[in-house]
Amino acid sequence: MNIHEYQGKEILKSFGVSVPNGKVAFTVEEAVRAAKELGTQVCVVKAQIHAGGRGKAGGVKVAKNLDEVRTYASEILGKTLVTHQTGPEGKEVKRLLIEEGCDIKKEYYVGLVLDRATSRVVLMASEEGGTEIEEVAEKTPEKIFKEEIDPVVGLQPFQARRIAFNINIPKELVNKAVKFMLGLYQAYIEKDCSIAEINPLVVTGDGNVMALDAKLNFDSNALYRRKDVLAYRDLEEEDPKEIEASKYDLSYISLDGNIGCMVNGAGLAMATMDIVKHYGGEPANFLDVGGGATAEKVTEAFKIILSDQNVKGIFVNIFGGIMKCDVIATGVVEAAKQVGLSVPLVVRLEGTNVEIGKKILAESDIEIISADSMADGAQKIVNLVG
Amino acid sequence: MSVFINKDTKVIVQGITGSTALFHTKQMLEYGTKIVGGTSPGKGGQEVEGVPVFNTVKEAVDATGATASVIYVPAPFAADAILEAVDAELELAICITEHIPVLDMVKVKRYMEGKKTRLVGPNCPGVITADECKIGIMPGYIHKKGHVGVVSRSGTLTYEAVHQLTEAGIGQTTAVGIGGDPVNGTNFIDVLKAFNEDPETYAVIMIGEIGGTAEEEAAEWVKANMTKPVVGFIGGRTAPPGKRMGHAGAIISGGKGTADEKIRVMNECGIAVADTPSVMGETLIKVLKEQGLYEKCKTH
Repeated sequence: MNIHEYQGKEILKSFGVSVPNGKVAFTVEEAVRAAKELGTQVCVVKAQIHAGGRGKAGGVKVAKNLDEVRTYASEILGKTLVTHQTGPEGKEVKRLLIEEGCDIKKEYYVGLVLDRATSRVVLMASEEGGTEIEEVAEKTPEKIFKEEIDPVVGLQPFQARRIAFNINIPKELVNKAVKFMLGLYQAYIEKDCSIAEINPLVVTGDGNVMALDAKLNFDSNALYRRKDVLAYRDLEEEDPKEIEASKYDLSYISLDGNIGCMVNGAGLAMATMDIVKHYGGEPANFLDVGGGATAEKVTEAFKIILSDQNVKGIFVNIFGGIMKCDVIATGVVEAAKQVGLSVPLVVRLEGTNVEIGKKILAESDIEIISADSMADGAQKIVNLVG
Repeated sequence: MSVFINKDTKVIVQGITGSTALFHTKQMLEYGTKIVGGTSPGKGGQEVEGVPVFNTVKEAVDATGATASVIYVPAPFAADAILEAVDAELELAICITEHIPVLDMVKVKRYMEGKKTRLVGPNCPGVITADECKIGIMPGYIHKKGHVGVVSRSGTLTYEAVHQLTEAGIGQTTAVGIGGDPVNGTNFIDVLKAFNEDPETYAVIMIGEIGGTAEEEAAEWVKANMTKPVVGFIGGRTAPPGKRMGHAGAIISGGKGTADEKIRVMNECGIAVADTPSVMGETLIKVLKEQGLYEKCKTH
């Protein structure tokens, strides 16, 4: 799960990580009031969307007085920002962070991330703040320093110190940087983060070490024990179909194509998208109905697929193991009855109770094209959609 | 022969009184798996499906001599269940449970260092040695005894591959689902090593997906060490970056973990990669024929 920058900073602050003073604003008036309350000469008006690259897209402006705050706030609120992370359709700005300006001496990068190869959390840092870490890794990998963290004892001060010296934090500020990194690690662990990225971390003219930006992502499998984090969820930042699917424990991701896919199992669902593409089609979605799906869940899944206006045909690909083919068949028939099926439907069933499943489909009055294999099904739906 | 489990493996079921566990205990017993006990704290002394229930894993192991366990405990308690299996010095613990918080698994992996237990999973379909022992949730009937090893991050794609092989008259030794999570107990290389050492396994199908670099590392290992042919498949060629595709580990992030990169490295390392999931079996058969192994692998 993603949260906004201002929410991330709230969390960090509660762990003793230094951040600039700031307030969230939903309207231009709130933005101006927030700037007044901050009382600093210079303010930064920052668009809050769940995507990076906001600065380059015109979503971050430095205001030198209240009039400028008003001007920039009106300009950015309601604007659709297109960044390299939003996709071409962009994201509408509905919240702003009004933050005190600070005197930046130098920018750095500090991040915590899970290293899959070692199964440990790793602290990564670089002197090249403000640049994406992937870019630094590609061009100047020698500028990235890493510390592997033992989960038994957690991040140790000597490790944070080593990083601070390696990235050339001014030596009189090393202790502040160490405190910053230890706080960041504490937040990562106690809130079940999957990424905690500070880019840039800045050293200021008045001798502070603080997070100018904050990107925190959370492990969705741990949200059951992080109700406070869950409260930060902003549904407006998510795809409505994905939200609907999550209510039924369906794993659904919207894509750009026109062939709706319904599959059991994440691996098979990905492979189904791949094979549709292989035969010249474009998948409209990823959808894993899971192993324990009921006919009701299958019905909902079907409705979600059909609610996508781009969908011109549906390919159901099931390898019943635990998921029984008759359950899928019942769900498909039920859904088609409820919503009325207006596009071609190709169904490939294999595995547990396949004969009963096929019989249910055959005996219904819905027009269903059956397929003998994944390849056969993919070719049929691609031809039908044309 | 086979890897990890065989007809003599004695298994306990952790969390045996839950509905999913009960269902699969029955299925495993029907397949012929030696389920000798189960655990469910507070329900020790009861019996389910003719299997004795114990309060703790240690008790179950002491009473039954089990060497393996299968875990169906719900996600919030699953890490603890794995630790209990490790503490009881089981040789093998297979964790089916999905949605375990990744930081729980980071701790589990640290605790397991230097311990004797092999963990398979979590978030996996389990392990099956055809006609001998099924530990997990896979449909047993698609498997047929033979000489091909299967290792995969995905459950249903394993079924797909096994089904294609069986239909084509090619049996399997063992199929191992290593699971779709970013932190898991057994990785591709562990399983490939075991297949390489197993005299009954003549060839291997390795099924990966987007996210991480485990396939690339495995491919390098194959190139350097494997004496048997390996064919592969990678799911998620069309997956968009930054989106988690169902499995917690299936995500392309920071340009890393793409299917194309994995396929490129696998090809470079001499692994034939199937173009589509429909031809995993065909791709293997082609390689078997090229290497003169087809007749040996064909089940008569």
